[in-house]
Amino acid sequence: MSMSHLLSIEDLDRAAIERIVSQAERFAEVADREIKKVPALRGRMVLNLFYESSTRTRSSFELAAKRLSADVVNFAAGGSSVEKGESLKDTVLTLSAHRPDVIVIRTPWVGSAELVSRWCNAAVVNAGDGKHEHPTQALLDVYTLRRRLGALDGMQVWIVGDVAHSRVARSNIIALQRMGAKVTVAGPPTLIPRDIEAMGCEVRYTLQEMHRADVVYALRMQLERMTDSLVPSRREYAAWYQINSRRLRPRQLLMHPGPVNRGVELAGEIVESPRSLIAAQVEAGVVVRMAVLYELLSGARPAEKPSLRPAPEPQPA
Amino acid sequence: MSERFDSAPALVGRPTQPCEVLFSDVHVLDPRAGIDRRLDVRVCGGVIAELAEPGTLSDTDGPDRRCELVEGEGRHLLPAFFDPHVHLRSPGQEHKEDMETGTRAAAAGGFGAVIAMPNTDPVIDSAALLRSLRDTALREARVPVGFTAAITRGLQGGELTEMAELRQEGVLAFTDDGRPVASAGMLRKALQYQRLCGGVLALHEEDPSLSAGGSMREGPISAALGLSGIPSISESTMVARDAELAIYERGRVHFQHLSAAASVEAVAAAKERGGAVSAEATPHHLLLTEEAVRPLDTRMKMNPPLGSESDRLAIVDALRSGVIDCVATDHAPHAREEKELPFEQAPMGTTGLETAFSALYTHLVVPGLIGLPLLVERMTAGAALFGLPTHTIAADEPANLVLVDLDGAWVPGEQGFESRSENCCFAGRQLSATVLMTVAAGSIAYRRRAFSVVGA
Repeated sequence: MSMSHLLSIEDLDRAAIERIVSQAERFAEVADREIKKVPALRGRMVLNLFYESSTRTRSSFELAAKRLSADVVNFAAGGSSVEKGESLKDTVLTLSAHRPDVIVIRTPWVGSAELVSRWCNAAVVNAGDGKHEHPTQALLDVYTLRRRLGALDGMQVWIVGDVAHSRVARSNIIALQRMGAKVTVAGPPTLIPRDIEAMGCEVRYTLQEMHRADVVYALRMQLERMTDSLVPSRREYAAWYQINSRRLRPRQLLMHPGPVNRGVELAGEIVESPRSLIAAQVEAGVVVRMAVLYELLSGARPAEKPSLRPAPEPQPA
Repeated sequence: MSERFDSAPALVGRPTQPCEVLFSDVHVLDPRAGIDRRLDVRVCGGVIAELAEPGTLSDTDGPDRRCELVEGEGRHLLPAFFDPHVHLRSPGQEHKEDMETGTRAAAAGGFGAVIAMPNTDPVIDSAALLRSLRDTALREARVPVGFTAAITRGLQGGELTEMAELRQEGVLAFTDDGRPVASAGMLRKALQYQRLCGGVLALHEEDPSLSAGGSMREGPISAALGLSGIPSISESTMVARDAELAIYERGRVHFQHLSAAASVEAVAAAKERGGAVSAEATPHHLLLTEEAVRPLDTRMKMNPPLGSESDRLAIVDALRSGVIDCVATDHAPHAREEKELPFEQAPMGTTGLETAFSALYTHLVVPGLIGLPLLVERMTAGAALFGLPTHTIAADEPANLVLVDLDGAWVPGEQGFESRSENCCFAGRQLSATVLMTVAAGSIAYRRRAFSVVGA
């Protein structure tokens, strides 16, 4: 079975997650070679379409595509026709004329990757759609944990912080439970969405019981949440929810999707501690995204499907 | 200047030829008139001339021999529906809808008259704008249109409109629909001023400090999708507040498009206390829930948002009990490119005129949740709430009739829409009951075209 898009972790069952993660493990061997490139996707085109700033996600998709010998085009919304008011649909239709095999898309809007998949023939990878999902982040987190722990079955994972605004949290709540883990979300009541329990996780408003966790996954605390009065102050947030060496027990592992606000959600000293998997997560980003691109393109060649629209006629200058 | 507030006609439509029709052997159902049986109905000069035993009237024995014969074969003839809440988008947003297409959609849905909302561009907040809109209706409206004006200038919530002058120019109600009157003090002033000029204050209830940024109902689906939610209390706290204000000021308010169980309770409580309050519900809040938003279909994005199943059941109960007085569609057309956006960016609203009766018949009457007479009553009750005569099937009444085929099956959107827009939340669903003919204010406003292609 091969998938045609990666829009949501919802679309992947445990077997599919394991298949991608195992493929990533094989690509990890490539990363250890002197020549880090394989010809698997030679002649294929990957289009990175980013409506939001991103350092690690975009660069790891780019690196992943290049290690598979694909061509990469980066399109950032800033400085493009988007600033002239072009709609998402028109931008996608225009870029589709270049016949990309994969479109990797990040936007601030829920459901945008799925919309894009309806408007073009390319395989679409959701690299973040608003506060909804960030499936490749969840896959790389599963990969990282499996490498460290072997299996996730029965593991207790606490996701701590601003769950309301976090696509990483939503994708991980689904992915980690599919892999057999038990998920608890914890954070200020103003930042835990009402009825989030319906996703199968438990909810706590303090870290009192966090000692039960095998893994503590801290979320990025954006500074604008303070101005929105969702938390009274940085100081108060840190006092109640910061993960520091006092709160994190020696056997517990620490994760974070980056970029870290040192001194807010994480105490500075803990970021580089041996219990921290943060650097391993970044490293996993490339091989997991290689596996996703490979999974999408190793089946039928989407480029051979007829295009929905003919290429636009060249306009006289 | 006249000091009367009923000098201008309340309903305006394009002048048309009064119809001469004999509906032969139709099942007449008018719960208010107490009729529920097969009859012949003759319409002469746009007025219901006589009702007689089926098969007793002939198209050749009337006073006018050019009478059209409609063979009913037992199909239902109902009083034409009345919709107190539609967005015709004229003036200024004619790419979504205009007076002609909007009223054509109304006629196709069996509505004999509608009330247009004032949140156009510009907002209807002055007598001059209202007169211009009435002129448009006189040229283009296929069914008579009643008018409303804003409560506050430009819907800004800051200053009252010239409500008395607007009433003299024929507005039935005042509403900032699309937005709440956020300030209790401002609404109180409007309620006080209502003692001078009359008219209904129709209220879109939403507390912006609770709803801001939301694009669907807060709950398990919004939590899973990562969409900012609009909590039900955004509506229910405002319904409770404004019911209290209306009772205190002895004013007349109408609560628009209720979406939450707690709002229904607040309306019931206000009615028990003798408040002059009424309420409407839309077909989408009666039939759909937040579950429909899960695939992020922007046709399911409306304001107020679709609620939970318990909200929906409370609204159905309230429609049955009369706590909710009438059905209103909140017909809200948007152009395709405006709805073809990510969910959070898309505008709120669904069209509803063409599907209201069929959707409610299919999903409330067929499963036995409410009876057909009750549905007909609730789809015609809006007129009286706004001081207009109720469509009635009786001799000497103006003909406001709809002929429906309850066994007809159709899929909304399959043959396109009469509306200029197609953002219909029921599009693509199999529905029962088709509208065959609509007579509005004595003229034929809609006739279902039946094409049959004969193979060679």
